[in-house]
Amino acid sequence: MSEAQDYKHIGQRTIRPDGYDKVTGRANYAADLALPGMIWAKVLRSPHAHARIVSIDISKVEALPDVMAVATHADIPNQADPGAINILAKEKALYHGHAIAGVAAKTETAAEAALALIEVNYEVLPPIMSIEDAMADGAALIHENLITKGMAEQPTSPSNVSSRMEMNKGDMTAGFAEADVIVEREYRTPTVHQGYIEPHACTVRFDEDGQSMIWCSTQGHFGVRASTAGLLNLEQSKLKVIASEIGGGFGGKTVVYLEPLALILSKKSGRPVKIQMDRDEVFKASGPGSATRIKVKIGAKKDGAITAMEAHLYYESGAFPGAAPLGPGCMTIFTPYDVPNQYVEGFDVVVNKAKVAAYRAPGAPQSEYACEMLINELADELGIDPIDFRLQNAAKEDTQTLYGPKLKAVGLVECLEAAKNSAQYKSALEKNQGRGVAAGFWFNIGGVSSVIINMNEDGTGTILEGSPDIGGSRASMQMMAAEELQMPTDTFTAIIPDTAHIAHSDTTGGSRTTFATGMAVVEAAADIVTQFKERAAAVWNVTPEQVEWKDGIAINTSGDGEMTAAEICAAAGRTGGQITGLGNINARGAGPSFAVHIADIEVDTDTGKSDVIRYTAIQDAGKAIHPGYVEGQYQGGAAQGIGWALNEEYIFNKDGLMENPGFLDYRIPLASDLPMIEAIIVEVPNSFHPFGVRGVGETGIIPPLAACGTAVSQAIGIRMSELPLSPPRVLKAILEA
Amino acid sequence: MTKSHITATINGDVREFLCEPGDTLLQSLRDELGLTGTKEGCGSGDCGACSVTVNGRLVCSCLVLAVEVDGAEVGTVEGIGEPDKLHVIQQKFLEHAALQCGICTPGLIVSTKALLEENPSPTEEEARYYLAGNLCRCTGYDKIIKAVMDAAETMRGTA
Amino acid sequence: MATKVIFSSELQKFTGEVQAQVQATNYRGVVAEIVAKYPDLAEDEILKMAVAIDGEIIHDPFLEQIQEGSEVHFLYRISGG
Ligand code: FES
Ligand code: FES
Repeated sequence: MSEAQDYKHIGQRTIRPDGYDKVTGRANYAADLALPGMIWAKVLRSPHAHARIVSIDISKVEALPDVMAVATHADIPNQADPGAINILAKEKALYHGHAIAGVAAKTETAAEAALALIEVNYEVLPPIMSIEDAMADGAALIHENLITKGMAEQPTSPSNVSSRMEMNKGDMTAGFAEADVIVEREYRTPTVHQGYIEPHACTVRFDEDGQSMIWCSTQGHFGVRASTAGLLNLEQSKLKVIASEIGGGFGGKTVVYLEPLALILSKKSGRPVKIQMDRDEVFKASGPGSATRIKVKIGAKKDGAITAMEAHLYYESGAFPGAAPLGPGCMTIFTPYDVPNQYVEGFDVVVNKAKVAAYRAPGAPQSEYACEMLINELADELGIDPIDFRLQNAAKEDTQTLYGPKLKAVGLVECLEAAKNSAQYKSALEKNQGRGVAAGFWFNIGGVSSVIINMNEDGTGTILEGSPDIGGSRASMQMMAAEELQMPTDTFTAIIPDTAHIAHSDTTGGSRTTFATGMAVVEAAADIVTQFKERAAAVWNVTPEQVEWKDGIAINTSGDGEMTAAEICAAAGRTGGQITGLGNINARGAGPSFAVHIADIEVDTDTGKSDVIRYTAIQDAGKAIHPGYVEGQYQGGAAQGIGWALNEEYIFNKDGLMENPGFLDYRIPLASDLPMIEAIIVEVPNSFHPFGVRGVGETGIIPPLAACGTAVSQAIGIRMSELPLSPPRVLKAILEA
Repeated sequence: MTKSHITATINGDVREFLCEPGDTLLQSLRDELGLTGTKEGCGSGDCGACSVTVNGRLVCSCLVLAVEVDGAEVGTVEGIGEPDKLHVIQQKFLEHAALQCGICTPGLIVSTKALLEENPSPTEEEARYYLAGNLCRCTGYDKIIKAVMDAAETMRGTA
Repeated sequence: MATKVIFSSELQKFTGEVQAQVQATNYRGVVAEIVAKYPDLAEDEILKMAVAIDGEIIHDPFLEQIQEGSEVHFLYRISGG
């Protein structure tokens, strides 16, 4: 439906509306708001990975002159809320950095100093830091009553495994029996962090009349309102959440850590309160991505037809049962392959680490890493080019997925072909260099989005949308409104109002914003077109059907007359009041986005250091609204995935304490670590979207893990399986070979 | 504790402020002077979000004590560009879509300006190494480097 | 022609079957029919799931009409990052 269409605004590289504020430093982020009378809070955090809290004595702190309020778990009004124990620990400290108490004081320094005077008596317990530890016979229990869900037979005794799930299709025995070659391997991925550059922070105010306000950086301010109101027993109408500009999220800013605590402290002190996490708190106590252990087995015939695929997944959820993105891990792992026999079993395992949060395509990078590594190994075994091997088995329209429905039109084959034709794939490699190719799949989601377009008296429009803009989506909204109304893009200004000025919108996540909120914008714009016609008809004394809206002008088809938007809006007061378009929807029909990446890596065999020397990221956007920001999503996803593959990992000591909670030792890619990243946009339209849009934000982080993993393996001639492929690990492998 | 009285020229304006002996320049800029364009990403010199210049030298303001800038000239992102006209570097960042969330952008603009003042024709590699202290988690640096190279070319042309 | 409901392996534990034919022409009717047919299937668990109707994934299918001959899958709700 969208291919043949010629777009005027969509597909242009317009300047984003919020850009000026961001290049000049005017843009306000989470930590940038100060209020009159504001005081500062800091959080006391557990120095142990696993400990029973015997007692907390705050009397000395409360006596300090600069201290205005202290809060512990007992101060959380809704003790029954399951989220309460991650805001402030209750009976147990469950991970190194778990929040124990909050102190608000007149200065940040005073708050910090006061923390030392809180006396906590801990009974230290053995930490459970890995899937093996957690599942070992006789392992210490993190939760005494955790009974594994989803087992064929319900277990009678508790364990550290919170749930099991299973999916299958076809006949696995027959599938493997048909295979000429079967390969099998176990892979591991470490705990990683989203690594957004802006730490969590908020400024809040709780007024004497019960009205309260939160200013914070979040992917979803309605989610912040719901969680905080729930924990504090507040009515949503009395809690206003303002989403500041957000300095990166990648899934990590979809939950609350500080906001409820800050509001409790504000209520107690009667002052506005500001809290900002230090970087080490961000690493220790905000949501990391799940560490995993994944076994995969794949069988194929000599001619390259894959006959069966099987996987067993173990995902850490941190200390909170069910937090691991296990479902999507299981659902995505084999989706790029049209193979009749597939089986996946998955386990959610608790360990003494911070509660796992979403991280860009949550769950998929880990499972697809394992699958794609083994696919490349199998291609080698069969002597088939890895792209040809994938093309032969690629998922396409009507492929039956393991998780349920058949796929609609998708762009995997197109991405693979683009990869094959890319300049990089045709280039030659030199000594100590290797090349890896990998595919990636992510569903994308739709969901609830609310949009209002207010037409101003001069014919310009203000778009109010409920989805925080992380990567330039305001620009896309303006373009989509312009396209639908056939008016210039700069007629529109998109803003994200607070929770009191627009209805609930789901969190920006799941690559949903340009897709779903974009659909809501189109609906609101169409609503305006209808009203423009009605108003022009009223002026001309004709019926709305006799009015045509074309190139931003109303035309009287049954007589003489044209009216511009400005003229209609100027007359709106006389024709029925001001004009507002409404688009409150629950978007469905999100289109999956497939990607294929190619990594060329050179390994220094003396040090084990890997350098990415060339990289191409290809992905199906459905339709790229703003190609510059679509490419940016591909490149940013690739860079994060490269970091995950080559360097990033949480390092814990034997007591379960995190040893590298800073950017120096948790090394995310620097400008000098990366080459240019060639981004190729493939467009296979999503038939469910008016412009064919698929989400693009997440898939790009999936393929780099196996693309880099394979490239390094090839460069050193050793099949690596555990991430990250950091210099010490690669060097060790070289020395042991 | 007695506070120190500091006088410094900030973005060309003489400004006075009080600070504790342990306060960083970053804290004073943000909390005392209201110059929140300079960002904190780590507080330990690892991310570059707090980049400013002190007497023309590029520094991490989280590693400089506020008392150290007494009598100095400090340049922050707020001092780049003119009231009604962006600096070429700012313009190029916008044109190349070299920012997504934008939290790293002020630091990168300050660092890029310092780079191009030192070296008006950097190679891609020189630009990447000079800016290695400015972390960006969103963009993969591709568009940032393109914006920097384009800004360098434009500035050479107009100089 | 009726509507075909296809159960995931997880749900098959409760249904004992891969698929069922139902007569309902809307989502709520489908849920009512299958929980009546399979007593082990817990209604509140089913209501938490998303559905795919002829390949279109719908997270909140409450008001959904279902064409005769459609294929309906119940799936885990996916959220993103
Ligand atoms: S805040 Fe100064 S370098 Fe990160
Ligand atoms: S644009 Fe987000 S960190 Fe650079």
